[in-house]
Amino acid sequence: MWEYTDKVRDHFLNPRNVGSLDDANAVGEVGSLACGDALKLFLKINDAGVIEDARFQTFGCASAIASSSVLTELLKGKTIEEARALTNKDIADDLGGLPKEKMHCSVMGQEALEAALADYLGEKAPAHEPEGELVCKCFGVYDGQIRRAIRENKLTTVEEVTDFTKAGGGCGDCLEKLAGILAEELGQAAAKPLVELQVKRPMTNLERVKLVTKIMEEEIRPALKKDGGDIELVDIDGTTVFVSLRGACKGCPSSNLTLTEFVQKRLQELVEPGITVKEAK
Amino acid sequence: MKPVYLDNNATTMSAPEVVAEMLPYLSEFYGNPSSMHSFGGRVGLRLKQARSDIAGTLGCQPDEIIFNSCGSEGDNTAILSALAAQPDKRHIVTTRVEHPAVLSLARHLEEKGYEVTYLGVDEKGRLDMAELGQAIRKDTAIVSIMYANNETGVIFPLPEIAALCKARGVLLHTDAVQAVGKIDIDLAKLPVSMLSLSGHKLHAPKGVGVLYVRKGTPFRPFLIGGHQERGRRAGTENAAGIIALAKAMTLAKEHMVAENTQVKALRDRLEAGILAAIPHSLVNGDTEHRLPNTSSIAFKFVEGEAILLMLDQYGICASSGSACTSGSLEPSHVLRAMGVPFTYAHGSIRFSLSRYTTDAEIDLVLEKLPGIIETLRRMSPFRDEEAAKPACTC
Repeated sequence: MWEYTDKVRDHFLNPRNVGSLDDANAVGEVGSLACGDALKLFLKINDAGVIEDARFQTFGCASAIASSSVLTELLKGKTIEEARALTNKDIADDLGGLPKEKMHCSVMGQEALEAALADYLGEKAPAHEPEGELVCKCFGVYDGQIRRAIRENKLTTVEEVTDFTKAGGGCGDCLEKLAGILAEELGQAAAKPLVELQVKRPMTNLERVKLVTKIMEEEIRPALKKDGGDIELVDIDGTTVFVSLRGACKGCPSSNLTLTEFVQKRLQELVEPGITVKEAK
Repeated sequence: MKPVYLDNNATTMSAPEVVAEMLPYLSEFYGNPSSMHSFGGRVGLRLKQARSDIAGTLGCQPDEIIFNSCGSEGDNTAILSALAAQPDKRHIVTTRVEHPAVLSLARHLEEKGYEVTYLGVDEKGRLDMAELGQAIRKDTAIVSIMYANNETGVIFPLPEIAALCKARGVLLHTDAVQAVGKIDIDLAKLPVSMLSLSGHKLHAPKGVGVLYVRKGTPFRPFLIGGHQERGRRAGTENAAGIIALAKAMTLAKEHMVAENTQVKALRDRLEAGILAAIPHSLVNGDTEHRLPNTSSIAFKFVEGEAILLMLDQYGICASSGSACTSGSLEPSHVLRAMGVPFTYAHGSIRFSLSRYTTDAEIDLVLEKLPGIIETLRRMSPFRDEEAAKPACTC
């Protein structure tokens, strides 16, 4: 069961301003049936640039409906400039908060508002349209949306990014990319947040395997190759990485040192402190 | 407000007779069944009786019963045991619509290097037996296929599946958590190697289950420690729970005909009433081969969590395959495997009845649900679009 505030329940059970608006001069539409939630926002803006009326149509869960409902309430009487300043946080705060997994419902409200204002001003590309590259293919979330959610809501973990934008909530293929974007936004080196990510939540085997493979290919092998050696990743069992040394490394008297002082140390730094590297028999 | 409880595939009310049977073993007779003294020994004797009663309802031998804590434990034990006992076999066959207890384990095993074949289902949630036949290989350690699906109630043809696995010499485990107590299962005639069941789905309390292991099936314990369950599952027995389970299974056997006539009739009335009153609604799954108590109905243009919360206002308890209720963002893996379109999958509601369901409860749902769906559809941006299109005759 979700823990909704009384205000969420009230706006869900008695939504304000439901329906379309025939004389709307600003319409914003976001989401889709496939995504599981969608919002169509209708605004009537007068010549003085004040929002006279606001209506909505929403497909979605209780928090999506409640977010849409309070959004229309918040918008009525506001100027375009004031409306522009409205963020998803304002929507969530007005509801007395949303469960963290439902924060994306408030983001949907903000995006619909931006789309409606862009529609009114005759801007070609509504704000929710592709900004940067498509990051999450499951839910169609773009780089720009993710970065803004991180900035405006001061997000610090990948999990939070998923709660706010839905990105990464499907197949999970983009989680690594999300970690990279998060790292950039937080102003850290690209490799570091991967370590941070696993502090927040234990790494899954799949993530560990992917990351170890990546670091072996991109960093460790090129380094060994410089000295005429090479290394092959044989197996990963839990936190134990089995490798096989090749080329000049094979039979080299300092190969043990290479394994513990270079390969293992690097993997411990970049993947997980608990990693041990062993030579496959 | 007494709940209108139509979520019996999630869990059930413990039957009053079951509670009465177990209570003395929570208070007066608290001895350890393994003790030498007669105070504990009498509990041991009572457990022996319970084991024998349960074996009787399933058509198996008492020593083929291993008591455990739940269905998930049974599923995990069965699959891991098959792998441990046959280390040279590293392939598993299962389906895309299993309970997470099997699916998550299978994915975990894939990460450990095992190979898993996930059988698909058709739009009605049915398996293709030819596909199963092709999937079984020389190195297949176990086939694990559920008896009946928890979300749709669709029953898989276990007799056929068991015959095939037997002929191919491969172990078969079935997660029968939703089937036991609702349809007749006779292990004397059904050649499965292992079967999992759970007490709380059939009016016993939570925390007790059974893994049936056919004599001759190689077995490796999951929980290691004491000698309980003849060394196959360590841990002091949940005596009260086991006694409750025996009573619940005996009662289920007695009510089997009623389950498949009275409960089924109520379910059918609920379903027909909903379909007649609410346009753009349809039943998910094969209605020919289905549990008598389950109905999964999809409502186009609306979202499941919103429906559930509105039903909750009237004390009506149901569940949903919608993404929003699970905390995940994707709709039910079962409905997706069946290819149920997103337009319906997000708005699917499961009603699951029991022998305690009354006519008045069904009436209440039929009275309230059409208004709820209409309210939500009035809010939905998709209905207008659809209404503009010509009606589909298919």
